[in-house]
Amino acid sequence: MTLAAEERGHEGGRPWPSEPVRLVLALAQREIRDTLRDWRMVIPMVVLTLLFPALMSFVADMALNWVARYGADIVGDRLMPFLLMVVGFFPISFSLVVALETFVGEKERNSLEPLLATPLSDAQLYLGKTLAAMIPPLLAAYLGITVYLAGLYLFEGWLPSFRLLSLIVLLTTAEGLVMVSGAVVVSSQTTSVRAANLLASFIIIPVAFLMQGEALIMFWANYSVLWWILLFLMVVDAVLIRMGIHIFNREALLGREIDQLDVPYLWRTFWRHMRWRSWTFGFEREQLPPWLRWVGAIGGLYRYHIPSILRRSWLAIVTVVIGLGLSAWLGFGFAARYPLPAQVLQLDNVSPEMFTELPAVDWLPTFSVWGVLANNVRALVGATLLAVFSFGTLAIALLMAPMAIIFFFVLQAAQAGYNPLLFFSAFVLPHGVLELPAAIIATGLAVRLGATFISPPEGMTVGEGWLRALAEFVAVFVALVMPLLALAAAVEVHVTPAVVVWAFGS
Amino acid sequence: MIELRGLTKRFNDFTAVDGVTLSVASGEILALLGPNGAGKTTTVRMLAAILAPTTGHAFVDGCSVVEAPREVRRRVGLLTEHPGLYLRMRGDNYLDFFGRLMGLSDDERRRRARALLDQFGMSEAAERRMGTYSKGMRQKMALARAMLHDPKVLLLDEPTSAMDPQSAKLVRDAILGLRHHQRAIIICTHNLAVAEALADRVAIIQRGRIIAQGALPELRRRLLGPPLMELRLAQRVDGTADVIADLVRIEQEGEDWLRYSTPEPRRSNPLVLRALAAQDVRVITLSRVPRSLEDVYLRAVRSEDDDGMYVVDGRVVEA
Repeated sequence: MTLAAEERGHEGGRPWPSEPVRLVLALAQREIRDTLRDWRMVIPMVVLTLLFPALMSFVADMALNWVARYGADIVGDRLMPFLLMVVGFFPISFSLVVALETFVGEKERNSLEPLLATPLSDAQLYLGKTLAAMIPPLLAAYLGITVYLAGLYLFEGWLPSFRLLSLIVLLTTAEGLVMVSGAVVVSSQTTSVRAANLLASFIIIPVAFLMQGEALIMFWANYSVLWWILLFLMVVDAVLIRMGIHIFNREALLGREIDQLDVPYLWRTFWRHMRWRSWTFGFEREQLPPWLRWVGAIGGLYRYHIPSILRRSWLAIVTVVIGLGLSAWLGFGFAARYPLPAQVLQLDNVSPEMFTELPAVDWLPTFSVWGVLANNVRALVGATLLAVFSFGTLAIALLMAPMAIIFFFVLQAAQAGYNPLLFFSAFVLPHGVLELPAAIIATGLAVRLGATFISPPEGMTVGEGWLRALAEFVAVFVALVMPLLALAAAVEVHVTPAVVVWAFGS
Repeated sequence: MIELRGLTKRFNDFTAVDGVTLSVASGEILALLGPNGAGKTTTVRMLAAILAPTTGHAFVDGCSVVEAPREVRRRVGLLTEHPGLYLRMRGDNYLDFFGRLMGLSDDERRRRARALLDQFGMSEAAERRMGTYSKGMRQKMALARAMLHDPKVLLLDEPTSAMDPQSAKLVRDAILGLRHHQRAIIICTHNLAVAEALADRVAIIQRGRIIAQGALPELRRRLLGPPLMELRLAQRVDGTADVIADLVRIEQEGEDWLRYSTPEPRRSNPLVLRALAAQDVRVITLSRVPRSLEDVYLRAVRSEDDDGMYVVDGRVVEA
């Protein structure tokens, strides 16, 4: 039998489902049966699927009649879709419990290793477990929605529009998938159910905020916003599933026994990635005098280390540049849509004092070299911290915002009759030529720092990959970005105002 | 059938398995012995393609655990340290589930499951939830799971643990049957009697390194010295040692017994008896002093602890 035939297994002739899909389904089927054999899962699901929605439709009916007596029909109109969302969401909250338990629960019960010893691939294991955690709560949610709607139709004769119903069903599904894919990631990266439950706060808290936001929108009845939320959730789903498949592996599941914070190991790993090759100017290092060795060490940083980091970060840097292109488009778009009155942008009387008066605005930094430098460093470090918690996305968004504002004003200047190229060259270019590359590079490395969670480097664990990204961020930030920002700040304070006055002053 | 070359596994800064080189042929049973935490389970997990080696190579039936891990898993039956059953499942459903994951057809799953359940005396229990099983029954069910797809290689971690003597014999017979069917088997166990009864060869692992390996008689000779013979006399020993001192090496003596070692008992023993008879020394018995696997194991582990020397294929080498 050929390897390919063996891969198909003994029932290779069967066209569909193919062998890989059947393995996923076999795994999911077993897990679902196991879940449904546990009365501690079944009873709450029945309550939330049948009793709670029936109660909700009764409550909705009562509330409708009550508010109608005071002529507040609009409250009732908003309440019914809101409760529709609630009865869908409550059963899917169970998906979190099931998903959190998937891998780490099996590990605790010692049943994981036999499963890992089967020919199932990592992706099949991941998908089978995810499906098993998704299907029962999702079916319960759909059933709950059906029970609620049936009750409401019987009591009030009310049915939602197809568009609203689709929206709620899709939102419920996307929320369930976010919770499950997030929880499966947590479950595959922890060593105990207890630790997984603790880490579940990272899922519960954002979802709780999201639900509150959705509730407000439901009462506002601006359902188009919910479609955007749905799109956002689908992107998050894709990212989490990608992350789950990428970082899931047998090695991590069995190799990790204790969630112990090994600080010396963390430091050694960080430091290993901080070190670089010295430049020896073509000689043996030992032949060089000490002072030249020191120069060679610094030279090696710029000659070897930083260029290799930048080469590794090219994709993240290109992503940031694309983001900046998008921010220009947004800035121009807003400028075209919301033109400022001509008197707002009066540059004919621009003077050097205009720049020194800027600190009168509370939230702007002091217009000094230190003030501008501190502000830029603070903004980039803040963006990096946000990148860590957002897979890198918020760092790009934070850089896009000021760029969009700049391009907004460039177009406003053009609309006010000024030369936009001159405006950009005078106000931005003198210091921007240094500041912009520094910001792009720092943001690119921040993106890598966040994206490592989704896609750690080949052959590295998430932790090691992240420590390498951090070490590289620190090296580049200190050795390249900060000097560039310092120079840019000096130019911004001492040169840019002069250029602006020269270009636009009276 | 199983080949390990310089297999090494590191977890961060900790080296769990350090350059292990082993081979197991078809129809051979290797007992992998060692203290807790010596690296047995990690070695087995690498062979089952669950953990990837940091360096080195391992091949199972010609498939590399690194390059073709799924093929390796198809060819390996793994009995894990803990049975790890799904306790809410029935025994027959459990085997059916694993049969599906292993790619067996419906008929084959049923046939194999029935045969194994019969073999281990579990047919009646198969329709019960496994949560109701005793420890021994769980172990037998786990073994049935490992053997279900008729793998060419079996990796068995404590196969007879928690079993009553009758069940343990059933399992031992099953393992010997597998050897007869040309399966390559590695047994990890602390039960040295089981290892001695089943294994063709023994490998002792400590701190991730193989400190001794070979067939048991060879290991006895290398680690414990030449065979030890015990002579029981019908009289006091006085002066007897001098009679045979030129023929063998006297190791110990008591009031009416003495022990000597000789590399070639077949040649030396008749000479010893002839010399004693010539001196009118009356001999009651002459027998070989039994030296168990436990002696070999303890000696190997102790010598590694004492002087950093270890034995590979009968040769003593420095750590």
